[in-house]
Amino acid sequence: MKNAVGRDIPESLLTNGREVYQGKNYMDGKYMQKAAPKTRRYEKPQESKIVDSIVDALKAVGARSGMTFSFHHHLRNGDFVVNMVMQAAIEELGLDEITIAATSLGEAHDPVAQYIEDGKVVAIQTSGIRGKIGEVVSAGKLKTPAIIRSHGGRPRAIEAGEVHIDIAVVAAPTSDCVGNCRGIGGKSNCGSLGYAMTDAKYADHVIVVTDCLVDFPNMPASVEAIDVDAVVVVDSIGNPKKIASAAARISQNPRDLMMAENVAKVIASTPYFKDGFSFQTGVGGPSLAANLFLEQEMNKRGIKMGWAIGGICGPMVEMLKKGLVGKVIDVQDFDLDAVNSINQTPGHYEMSASQYANPANKGAFVNKLDFVVLAALEIDTGFNVNVLTGSDGVLRGAPGGHPDTAAGSKCCIIVTPLVRGRMATVCKNVVTVTTPGDCVDVLVTDYGIAVNPLRPDLIQCLDEAGIPHVTIESLQEKAYSLVGTPDDLEWEDKVVAVLEARDGTILDVVRKIKPVKL
Amino acid sequence: MIPRPRPERFRLRRSMMFMNAQKPGLIKDAYIYGVDSIMLDLEDAVAENQKDAARFSLYHALKTIDYGDTEVIVRINGLDTPHWQEDIRVCVAGGADGIRIAKCESAQDVLTVEKAVEEAEKEFGVEVGRTLLMAALESPKGILNAYEICAASPRMFGVAISGGDFRKCMQTKPTVSGVDMLVARGQMLIAARAAGVQCFDTVFTDLDDTEGFLAEVRQNKEMGFDGKSLINPKQIRPVHEIFAPTEKEVAQAEAWVSAFREAQAKGIGVFTVNGKMVDVAFIPGAERTLKLAKACGMYEGDLV
Amino acid sequence: MKIENNAVAGTLESSDLQVAIEPIENGIELDITSSVMNQYGRQIKATVLETLERLEVTNAKVTIVDKGALDCTIKARVECAVFRSCGKSDKNLPWGGALK
Repeated sequence: MKNAVGRDIPESLLTNGREVYQGKNYMDGKYMQKAAPKTRRYEKPQESKIVDSIVDALKAVGARSGMTFSFHHHLRNGDFVVNMVMQAAIEELGLDEITIAATSLGEAHDPVAQYIEDGKVVAIQTSGIRGKIGEVVSAGKLKTPAIIRSHGGRPRAIEAGEVHIDIAVVAAPTSDCVGNCRGIGGKSNCGSLGYAMTDAKYADHVIVVTDCLVDFPNMPASVEAIDVDAVVVVDSIGNPKKIASAAARISQNPRDLMMAENVAKVIASTPYFKDGFSFQTGVGGPSLAANLFLEQEMNKRGIKMGWAIGGICGPMVEMLKKGLVGKVIDVQDFDLDAVNSINQTPGHYEMSASQYANPANKGAFVNKLDFVVLAALEIDTGFNVNVLTGSDGVLRGAPGGHPDTAAGSKCCIIVTPLVRGRMATVCKNVVTVTTPGDCVDVLVTDYGIAVNPLRPDLIQCLDEAGIPHVTIESLQEKAYSLVGTPDDLEWEDKVVAVLEARDGTILDVVRKIKPVKL
Repeated sequence: MIPRPRPERFRLRRSMMFMNAQKPGLIKDAYIYGVDSIMLDLEDAVAENQKDAARFSLYHALKTIDYGDTEVIVRINGLDTPHWQEDIRVCVAGGADGIRIAKCESAQDVLTVEKAVEEAEKEFGVEVGRTLLMAALESPKGILNAYEICAASPRMFGVAISGGDFRKCMQTKPTVSGVDMLVARGQMLIAARAAGVQCFDTVFTDLDDTEGFLAEVRQNKEMGFDGKSLINPKQIRPVHEIFAPTEKEVAQAEAWVSAFREAQAKGIGVFTVNGKMVDVAFIPGAERTLKLAKACGMYEGDLV
Repeated sequence: MKIENNAVAGTLESSDLQVAIEPIENGIELDITSSVMNQYGRQIKATVLETLERLEVTNAKVTIVDKGALDCTIKARVECAVFRSCGKSDKNLPWGGALK
């Protein structure tokens, strides 16, 4: 069945009331029944919840084959915890039929690919999939199609009971003996623990894994002891060098800077650019550089930013400290400047993934957002964006908060070079739709700017500001004239991943790629 | 294949950016930054054992890539190398707008290159005289012979000083004030103006020293240079900003040129603006200001 | 042209390709690996074969490692490798003739 972005969704996936994507805000106003976890009572006073090992913790919470284990990705590419827990569960306890429900999976989790090939891990639900896991899933080796959700779609699915977490594992930079966790204070600091919060509230069991035990009470706690069953102390939960980079520097690449400057000009041309406006930007080259030029536009206009959200890094913290932005609320921190600032700098707060982006709660931050600046692997002439699959059809990306912020914001700007090497970023049809075109408003490339025809108001803003713009079709034609028209990818029937829209409908599927043989 | 219009001998050349002709990732779209001229380099940027490969790359880049309004000049290897003749053949065959003669020291050097260019034009069926020339002066001898070099050929559109080699010869280092090259720059400028060609300053290589770069560009403008050689796209905008005329200059130029055109149309030899008589000799300069203003987005009228 | 010696042209940098050519007796043996195989593999192959044909190369083993090069770069590298293999890459090249 074709959905609102023209993708053919196999009928076999449309069971149990599951629908195809119908356009943004389709679920608005509907009621949902929240699911509740089944948790154990700890009535008797406990001195400590510390157990000797991950195996002991798994035994203590009754880990069995067929269970769903959840993980957060705040330790990013430095994470050791997913691998440690999977090794204990599969190799030491002999469990199988395992579902991994992670907020993101990347190169750090390459060893898990083997458990997929061995048939021990049979299902994956995640908001990002890269590295070897992406390759083996693309090769059709996972028993069931991977389910890919946005950062807002995931807490929605958990709260709705579509994902039931048996055991949530919280990697914690610091914890006390009963499981009050924080993202700072230890040797593996990551700042915000926003992605772990919903998991801890909705899982039947919660295990905290830390490498820095601190005195009780560890306050203010991001994950609270009232939800925690067991605490394990290990030597190291991650490689600090890969958890947070020293400092995210603003790109010096002239192409990035040129695009970033145009992003700031577009922002300044809209009526939303007024004192107290709100903003989110990615950490990619041109997205992050937009901060620099936005600051100049703000100074020119004599206005300040009300608040910023997102994954946060140094340049935004810098603006907070300069008084250019009122509040920064973050779900994740990308560099040490942000890690060291959260809950320390006045006005810098932590939030949960649900509070950030969940479309089914009563007021996520993204819904109050004026501007978001995002990158793309591909964008097509319908303004549909792909941030999940490479142009070769292999899973190597992450929807993350992309679809949530695009849908919630008043003005969503995609910034990307027209071509990368021989790949046309602006193309006729994206490999996978991760963010529907009706949520995307402006495209800024190194070869020109295009505005979504659904937004005549923004077209008028650009015209009045004298900002030249062209049609997205002309950008796509330019791209193909540079790199040649790509051959269509060839697919097998087998679906290797299902891409859920943030509201729980099916936006697209990824099939197994047929590699070209010459 | 992208047909290029016949090169203009005197056009706006505020910025000329060097790019290694051997790097496919670089040369494919260097024009997007709005530089006036790109300088595809076969000389210093290309290793001795890759000179042949660079020519193949250059040829197909010239034939395939649509550089639009950006001028495409190629820096060829010096006349003391075994490479320059083939460099000239590929430039002419590919349809480059102009050739930059490295290490030029005399009018004879220009004539030697001109002869080879003409032969190549005949060989490849290119209109004779199409390919423009400019000379890089890199030695004291080149500076002393600046005038004869500038005046050596009707193909010559300009000269540039090359600071690195020149300073080596002079046993000096770059200075903040620019005093190390002041005399050479001055002499080259006087020679260029006397011969009626353009004059360009050398590259500024310390990309981290923004203040130093800006100071040097300001000095270039004050001395009368037409433009500057660049090594990085981020240097383009400041050069264009510094070389831009002031709004007052643009308004005055517009008033002068339009009054002059009106007077011309009426057959009147003398004309006044705001009650003051204006010397006709100022008109070419005023027209140049308007052209510059147009390129800088400061003037949208149709006088130029 | 007759391939006389082993020759290489190009690099493994992004947007470039490396072409290695060797003399063999029985036709064209072509091996291509590319970072953009699924979308451009066929076009790369066509460009390489077309270039070899233009240069009248009938016997050669050609190994291509492509890193997303544009067609103009593919032609330039293949031509360079062929001329290098004959020791004729330095002067009097047929620009606009066999090379176009």
